[in-house]
Amino acid sequence: MSLDKDQVQHIATLARLKLSAEECAESVEKLSRIVEFVAQLSQVDTRGVLPMAHPLETAQRLRADAVIEVNERDRYQENAAEVSDGLYLVPKVLD
Amino acid sequence: MSVSAWEVVIGLEIHTQLATKSKIFSGASTAYGAEANTQACLVDLGYPGVLPVLNVEVIRMATLFGLAVNATIAPRSVFARKNYFYPDLPKGYQISQYELPIVEHGELFITDAEGKEKRIRITRAHLEEDAGKSIHEGLDGSSGIDLNRAGTPLLEIVSEPDLSSAKEAIAFMKKIHTIVRYLGISDGNMQEGSFRCDANVSVRPPGQEELGTRAELKNLNSFRFIEKAINFEVERQIELIEDGGKVAQETRLYDSDKNETRAMRSKEEANDYRYFPDPDLLPIEISAEFIAATRATLPELPDAKQQRFETDYELKSADAGILTASRATADYFEAVVAASDAKTQLAANWVIGELSAALNRDGLEIDNSKVAADALAGLLNRIHDNTISGKIAKQVFEAMWAGEGSADEIIAAQGLRQITDSAAIEAVVDKVIDANPGQAAEYRAGKDKLIGFFVGQVMKETQGQANPGQVNQILKDKLSK
Amino acid sequence: MSLYSQTLTELAVGLENGEFSSVELTQALLDRIAVHNDKLNAFITVTAEQALATAARADAARSAGNAGVLNGLPILHKDIFCTRGVKTSCGSKMLDNFVSPYDATVVERLADAGAVVLGKTNMDEFAMGSSCETSYYGPVRNPWNLECSPGGSSGGSSAAVAARLAPAATGTDTGGSIRQPAALTGTVGLKPTYGRVSRYGMVAFASSLDQAGVITRSAEDAARMLGVMAGFDERDSTSIDTPVPDYVASLGDSISGLRVGVVRQHFDEGLDEQCGARVKDAIAVLESLGATTVEVDLPNLDLSVPTYYVVAPAECSSNLSRFDGVRFGYRAEGAVDLLDLYCRSRGEGFGDEVKRRIMTGTYVLSAGYYDAYYLKAQQVRQLISDDFKKAFADVDVIAGPTAPTPAFKLGEKVDDPITMYLNDIYTIGANLAGLPGISVPCGFVNDLPVGLHLVGTHFGEETLLRCAHQYQLQTDWHLACPQGFV
Repeated sequence: MSLDKDQVQHIATLARLKLSAEECAESVEKLSRIVEFVAQLSQVDTRGVLPMAHPLETAQRLRADAVIEVNERDRYQENAAEVSDGLYLVPKVLD
Repeated sequence: MSVSAWEVVIGLEIHTQLATKSKIFSGASTAYGAEANTQACLVDLGYPGVLPVLNVEVIRMATLFGLAVNATIAPRSVFARKNYFYPDLPKGYQISQYELPIVEHGELFITDAEGKEKRIRITRAHLEEDAGKSIHEGLDGSSGIDLNRAGTPLLEIVSEPDLSSAKEAIAFMKKIHTIVRYLGISDGNMQEGSFRCDANVSVRPPGQEELGTRAELKNLNSFRFIEKAINFEVERQIELIEDGGKVAQETRLYDSDKNETRAMRSKEEANDYRYFPDPDLLPIEISAEFIAATRATLPELPDAKQQRFETDYELKSADAGILTASRATADYFEAVVAASDAKTQLAANWVIGELSAALNRDGLEIDNSKVAADALAGLLNRIHDNTISGKIAKQVFEAMWAGEGSADEIIAAQGLRQITDSAAIEAVVDKVIDANPGQAAEYRAGKDKLIGFFVGQVMKETQGQANPGQVNQILKDKLSK
Repeated sequence: MSLYSQTLTELAVGLENGEFSSVELTQALLDRIAVHNDKLNAFITVTAEQALATAARADAARSAGNAGVLNGLPILHKDIFCTRGVKTSCGSKMLDNFVSPYDATVVERLADAGAVVLGKTNMDEFAMGSSCETSYYGPVRNPWNLECSPGGSSGGSSAAVAARLAPAATGTDTGGSIRQPAALTGTVGLKPTYGRVSRYGMVAFASSLDQAGVITRSAEDAARMLGVMAGFDERDSTSIDTPVPDYVASLGDSISGLRVGVVRQHFDEGLDEQCGARVKDAIAVLESLGATTVEVDLPNLDLSVPTYYVVAPAECSSNLSRFDGVRFGYRAEGAVDLLDLYCRSRGEGFGDEVKRRIMTGTYVLSAGYYDAYYLKAQQVRQLISDDFKKAFADVDVIAGPTAPTPAFKLGEKVDDPITMYLNDIYTIGANLAGLPGISVPCGFVNDLPVGLHLVGTHFGEETLLRCAHQYQLQTDWHLACPQGFV
């Protein structure tokens, strides 16, 4: 089980990661080894085994429907690279 | 080429914002219209380290909806992450439900083109968080992101492809719209985006089992647009196929200015959402007791209410339909009926007629009507006991609307009480006949329709206050002598 | 005894008796950090000014009779915990400019108890690594041998505590990230039961595996810290609302009759022979204290690493999607469009190992591979969890090695992800099953420390801590101080 360059590039795009040519070549090699390593799971007989999504077996707790947050926009936006009139800015989005 | 040579297949996905005070996973307000990002807390912004905690109200509301459409409420349902990058999606994933939604296998009945009842299956309804908004205007090469809406609870209601025309689609959507407002789980405000719809549209030759390739229409935010967009899309697909082309499975955006649909650029890349169970949230468990307790709070639903209005109030079906289209209108009507001795059809006529017109004119909801239900009942009572005529009543209603007081106060103040004293009316009638001997002679010679002229003269003399029935009778008596 | 060499418990007594003030203690440790940190690179941020201010407040509180349970005691936070007003980098260029606007629950609770935070410790980037070599701020060095790794990802915490720069430091453990660095530095590392300590404010790596814990030099100190950190938090849906026992109170109880499971597969190939011998010696000490050993079977142990390397990357690929250069974190300059902004901000902001794990996770969740990898791993996770359940039917704790080898040289494993991943073979199972685990120093191999690993039942921290404490009463491995830091 190994990955080729196109697959790695496709994954990188899905994950929104720009890879240099070197990084891509290295990723092909290392990801192939990782995928090969985890592929040993396919040998395990798991017929009838329920998938375990979480270590806790309890149910989701619910909170009351109450507004407890106040406006702290300015403080929260101190970490943002570009804001204007309270909006976070990104390059123009095309729909 | 006529459309009828093709069978149209439509399925809807309706996104209903739930009317909670706070967001689905955070304690930020869901109020509409706040300044950008002032209602986006750390959870809504997807800050590092923060975690979602589920709002109990969304579970109650989804359960209520499920029960209203005769669906199964899942004893155990699961939140999943839908992964994709978009600026209005701060975490890079949307918390939604995928394999185990909270509501499944519901149904709803609409009236089809032939007036027959048609069952539309509801595949599922699942909970998810709304995204923020991108603002493109006036930012010079940039888009601005407002995350106030991010995290607002949505119930996505998905129908089976059981709808066969734009009209049926609208009927289904209107019905859902009425139900969610009846249940009080959504304000259904389409301008504010509280109630939105995507439509999956395909066509196939009649008799063909297999479905045609569908296009998903997005951004349908008014009933009018949905109808136009679906009709446009159906024609586009038919033309395409008849010209030897193929419909592409794609997402298309409806442009209301141009009345056309076009493929969305941002959706060109094949999506791979990589759904998996959200490890920050545990399965939602709903007990039979909770379902029973919720069921006990189910209000009477529109179909049942309309039926009851037709039977109990002996209303015309169309009128019962109008009165039950919203719970508030139905409640108002029933309050009027309860407080008045007038015939129920008269009450219906007034609510549908004068009252609705006045509300529309002033842009008011019925809950904020300037004439309350018991006040209107007071007016109807005066019609009923012949204190005033229907015509005078309209005048009184306008005064009531203007805040001049109750019906009785206005009638007294303006001296509008109807004249029912036969002697008084006879005196006026005599006077009118005396003043118009020529017409009286013509009437007596057989020109019956002159009676209208005499009635008009008497009403004019009495400033409209004489009881029209009595005037008619007395005139006929005197003129025939 | 010099202040720096005392444990948290000893320092608490000294403060209580007025032998020294918190300001004096804080200053002494800040001075020590200033002298020694250059050798170790254990810190990303030293918060000297805030620490002294907190210490002064703690002294005032003590005078006023309002001392909290950790009043005036110096601690460190792994730089994965959000600290209001202080940089929270997670060891990444992505968050090099990130100042948290809020405190993690763990940070808040320790502050409320009066603890003084001296600084934030270095770590593998986003906690992804077992050697502290993936940090954007450079590798951390092991005080026992500066050419070696202190383990990871909580390696800054383990190195600092081992070097006596602080008596206690918080850490996080997703696959062994507290216990393995504790083993490699001769410290105690406790990973509580999943849900025991709130994850709120801990930058997420893999949400179903992450758990906050602590690195100290004694089990007693770990008990003291856990008592403050543990407990229900309404901001974390996965925190459990169950009472927090007094972990210190039961430490003195005997372990006579305790059933200690020894896993058949633990001493198979892969374990350094001498490490194995130290661990067996340690188990013999437990027996001498009246514990009985029972051989137990964890037949799917070998599968824990591949299972982990599907589940953890899958969750991380999604958890790290929020780092897009828009609301916080690194943003690439001069992006031509949105896709470019995303791909370059993330491509430039994340290091190699993080990118590798994001890609692995993206792959195993993607259409066509989900069932073969992710779903399969979830099923095997269930098998592994069931193995533990069966084993704990017969025993109270499971004892074994924490890591297969003592500390390895920096650079030795960095190019081989699989070898690096296998370092966590003994610790990962507890994360997959959500069980508590502790590593306790149990001797040396070639002058490098070795750790004894104890795994307990869900919410069995009391037993684990008591077992570790009773062991430490019989041994002095934890009192050994690395040369150059005496």
